[in-house]
Amino acid sequence: MNKQLIGSVLLAALLVACSSKQVKEEPKAAVEEKSPAVTAKAPEAAQPQTSTAQTSAANDQNVSLNPLKDPNNILSKRSIYFDFDKDEVKAEFRPLVEAHAKYLVAHPDAKVALQGNADDRGSREYNLALGQRRSVAVKKAMNVLGVNDKQIETVSYGEEKPRCSDKTEACWAENRRVDVIYSGEE
Amino acid sequence: MTRLLLVFLFLFPAISHALDIEIVGGAAQQIPIAVVPFNQPPGVSPESVSTIVANDLRRSGFFRLLETRGVATQPHELSEVKYPEWSALQAQALTIGKVEPSSGGHVKVTFRLLDVLKQSQLAGMEFDVAPTQLRKTAHKIADIIYEKLTGEPGVFSTRITYVNKTGKHYSLVVADADGGSPQTVLSSTEPIISPAWSPDGTKLAYVSFEKKKPVIFVQSLTSGQRYVLANFKGNNSAPAWSPDGKRLAIVLTHGGNSRLSLINADGTGMQPLSSGSAIDTEPDWSPDGKWIYFTSDRGGSPQIYKISPLGGDAQRVTFEGSYNVSPHVSPDGKWLTYIRRDSGKFQVAVRELASGQSQVISDSTQDESPSFAPNSRMIIYATSVGNRGILSVTSADGRVKQRLSEMGDVREPSWGPAAN
Repeated sequence: MNKQLIGSVLLAALLVACSSKQVKEEPKAAVEEKSPAVTAKAPEAAQPQTSTAQTSAANDQNVSLNPLKDPNNILSKRSIYFDFDKDEVKAEFRPLVEAHAKYLVAHPDAKVALQGNADDRGSREYNLALGQRRSVAVKKAMNVLGVNDKQIETVSYGEEKPRCSDKTEACWAENRRVDVIYSGEE
Repeated sequence: MTRLLLVFLFLFPAISHALDIEIVGGAAQQIPIAVVPFNQPPGVSPESVSTIVANDLRRSGFFRLLETRGVATQPHELSEVKYPEWSALQAQALTIGKVEPSSGGHVKVTFRLLDVLKQSQLAGMEFDVAPTQLRKTAHKIADIIYEKLTGEPGVFSTRITYVNKTGKHYSLVVADADGGSPQTVLSSTEPIISPAWSPDGTKLAYVSFEKKKPVIFVQSLTSGQRYVLANFKGNNSAPAWSPDGKRLAIVLTHGGNSRLSLINADGTGMQPLSSGSAIDTEPDWSPDGKWIYFTSDRGGSPQIYKISPLGGDAQRVTFEGSYNVSPHVSPDGKWLTYIRRDSGKFQVAVRELASGQSQVISDSTQDESPSFAPNSRMIIYATSVGNRGILSVTSADGRVKQRLSEMGDVREPSWGPAAN
């Protein structure tokens, strides 16, 4: 019990530490949205559209009732972490996977992308494959719990989208993960 | 004297800043050569032809460049050479030359390679080129010297490709083998990885994340036109051209795990090659086309295997250590370079395929993506200094290393085929 508590406190600390980094990376999301040459979308048009969607969503339902966003709900936790060169979903992340599986079974229209990632050591292509296998491991765990294949999309970013860019064990651990992203969230 | 008129076509005139060169290491048993600074009037070109020649030769690991400044006579013509002065310096070979204005805004570059012991000329050539071609001419001269003195073709006129990340921007770059004249062939705000040269050097296959997932493109370096080679469900990655350029080995997931497939160069005729639940990735063809080397963790840890492109069972190639990835076969088919992880260090290893003998040839700890030069004598790879990715070039025996560095974060190098 105690160990678990310490573990989650450490994890929380880690997340906080890395979230301060994310502030710096904030523009990244905007830049990615634009990718002008690639999607041929007008960046000016794309951004207001995004905010419009958010406003209407806020009008449609009370935001505080959305279990996916409620910080007190386990569904707001979206990252499953892995050991180096491993794709096994560790016991400590079972409750998180089970909660999302339960939600998806209860909401057959909901869809998730499971985004696999790896730390930046070693081969980029092997890490791409490893990120993919991590996302497949989470998918399989959800399938076992009754989630329909059609609700899940697996994708790997390998080591290409690190959340943390320092060469430290804490950073590498943060980057070895699968993120659960619901359709419409990104 | 042979007379050559070289005409080059430059398709991407925009030049970004060149990579800086930093040489580390050194070795015995190199050919001692003196390159006398060419008589080159200021203003012809910001770059000294003889300096480029000397740097090329030094980088190969086969030459010891002698200091020429203390020698009384600095010859530029054959008649000015006093051989005893160069014997005293223990030079075996001597290179002299000059750069002078020619007609039509061109410049004339003359060079001679001399055997100091025999007091005879080994090579002599004259080039009449536009000033923008001087760098190419210098590499050509270095290739001629290299071949005359080692008996093997030089690779200084070849090209490399790599990815440069600056801030949030990714550029796919093609440059001279020494990092000079870098040309951006693709810019993106999403990652680009795994560029691979077509065997004729006219195209690059690469993986771009611009569609929010890995998709393989093929791009012509002459027209800049590109097409999607593979955009199947899941990941599309790790393109590798067959030696005849007609097919590529690629890695697809179809939503499951990474496996090898073959596909025609026009994107048709995809067929799976490997099967199973393990990761299979990083294919690379042997030059005779009979084998595809690849990385797989089917044995519990990532190791290098080979499989026939016709299918059948894979054979394990590496056994030592718990992590051997990113195989690339040398163009002469004799060697395999790859990344080995040992005691937490990721380093470049070279294996003699016939004997199975292997050795680590780098002294850095975060090495990636090694590939051979077309003459199988040098290897380019990515490594890092601090948090920044840089490129390093090493002689295949690891004795001489040179860093190619550039502003930004450089990775994913691949050495192009022999210049035509």
